Amino acid sequence: MKVLVCISNVPDTTTKITFTDNNTQFNTNGVQFILNPYDEIALARAIELTDGGKGSVTVINVGDATTEATVRKALAIGATDAVRINAKPHDAWFVAKQIAEYVKQNPFDLILTGRESIDYNGSKVAGMVGELLDIPSVSIIKKLDATDSEATVEREIEGGKEVLTIPFPFVAGTAEGVAEPKIPNMRGIMSARTKPLTVVEPVEVKSTSEIISFETPAPRGQVTLVPADDTAKLVDLLHNEARVI
Amino acid sequence: MSVLIYAENAEGKFKKSILEAVSYAKAIADQNNTNLVALSIGDVAADELAALGKYGAEKVLNVGNDKLKNFVNQAYASVIAEAAKAQGADIVVLSNSFSGRGLAPRIGVKLEAGVADGAVALPEQNGGKFTVKKTAFSGKAFAVVELTSANKVIALTPNSYKVVETGGTAQVEDFSVETKESDFKQMLKDIVRSTDKVSLPDAEIVVSGGRGLKGPENWGMIEELAGLLGAATACSKPVSDADWRPHSEHVGQTGIAVSPNLYVAIGISGAIQHLAGVSSSKVIVVINKDAEAPFFKVADYGIVGDAFEVVPKLIAAVKDYKASA
Repeated sequence: MKVLVCISNVPDTTTKITFTDNNTQFNTNGVQFILNPYDEIALARAIELTDGGKGSVTVINVGDATTEATVRKALAIGATDAVRINAKPHDAWFVAKQIAEYVKQNPFDLILTGRESIDYNGSKVAGMVGELLDIPSVSIIKKLDATDSEATVEREIEGGKEVLTIPFPFVAGTAEGVAEPKIPNMRGIMSARTKPLTVVEPVEVKSTSEIISFETPAPRGQVTLVPADDTAKLVDLLHNEARVI
Repeated sequence: MSVLIYAENAEGKFKKSILEAVSYAKAIADQNNTNLVALSIGDVAADELAALGKYGAEKVLNVGNDKLKNFVNQAYASVIAEAAKAQGADIVVLSNSFSGRGLAPRIGVKLEAGVADGAVALPEQNGGKFTVKKTAFSGKAFAVVELTSANKVIALTPNSYKVVETGGTAQVEDFSVETKESDFKQMLKDIVRSTDKVSLPDAEIVVSGGRGLKGPENWGMIEELAGLLGAATACSKPVSDADWRPHSEHVGQTGIAVSPNLYVAIGISGAIQHLAGVSSSKVIVVINKDAEAPFFKVADYGIVGDAFEVVPKLIAAVKDYKASA
């Protein structure tokens, strides 16, 4: 089985998010970039599914040369080889188009993404790639098992789950539960340097969206503290002041 | 030109998050001096369909095709895109539900439309620019996105727009569309619903527990409080990582982002990743024995105290309030 895992380079989860240039640019100053946590789950499951000579795992990233550390990390974790589409990821449509074009030339049985990237949270790439390739896509899966010809997945729904079988090839966005992220070992880190990383130039894409500006959530007022033995007061405040119960 | 809202049903009913999306779509239709058409797929009773008129739908297209009874991502996306074309709709609105997240990108590609997912406010339309505010950085910020394409797809975050009753009834029409076999490759084997509980993404009140609760055996009081308040239960990442609670309850940057009216955090210190997932809650209550816990800085109300003493008292106070209400 040939698995393609689409990976993003995102700010570390502990990052305090700030903006520059009149709130039009994300302030990357001092920000540590990491492999998107949901993509780590996808990568871990891909490695498990192909373990023991049952296939290969290619990671693909749309990014400029600055993402290479993240791509190498994926190789260190256990991907077989890597592809970097040499362009800044303008938006989900741009990224999906690049990935779909690559897959048209280089077919895969299974294409995994994280359920969303933790920066723009779109969860759009999986569906767009699926549509561009005219193959099924599942937005958010919690479990993924595979035979040679098809997979069984659990898709999250409000207040429950659906169990689906889907023939290969298809695209899915993975969430917690699919696999535990893997930590690279020393052998992996050493071999990552020599594993193949192919740089591909992007295809042209007509943009459909532009980020105009950013906003940060309005700061909350001072907390009103209620004594620990006066829970009735809290209930009263929630009912009469906040009006939420 | 018109606006199309895909009204997703859950077991034949339209949930509040869908009525919010219908109200939102109606406001967009009004902005553009056009009408709102709703589309429903699957088994929904005629009066439930007509009731969408109350929220501004002028017409409801009903797809009763047997093959489309259960959700099939590819096929539903095709039907919604076909309906948009048939109605001349250039704006398609969905709820940013689990299914909506699967549909929006596919519809976007089919209609060559820019997609604004996770929208939290009405679009602004000035001087030919169409911009939508959406969540970004997992709740730590918002991005204002301009959709530059002629067609547009918007998926609305639940609990971010009010249900507005405008009072009409909608005319219900059958809408038939040819389906193609290749859209039905996925097979539904089973649907598992935990029907006794309020679903977390839809919940108006969330009661959430953290490591301060010391172990899964202590969740009884969290569930009891949630039950009394009609709330969903949630947890922090360390709790789901330790398998005290299922991953589906994990709220935070790498879990679910919620925007309830009331979020009650019990025994959660308030790491930046957790705060990201709850920052759009309208009111936050924090119960923690550590007065220095960072969560108090973003809380509206707080109690400094041991959860094992405070929560039983809070349960008693809520019972008293309910008895007197």
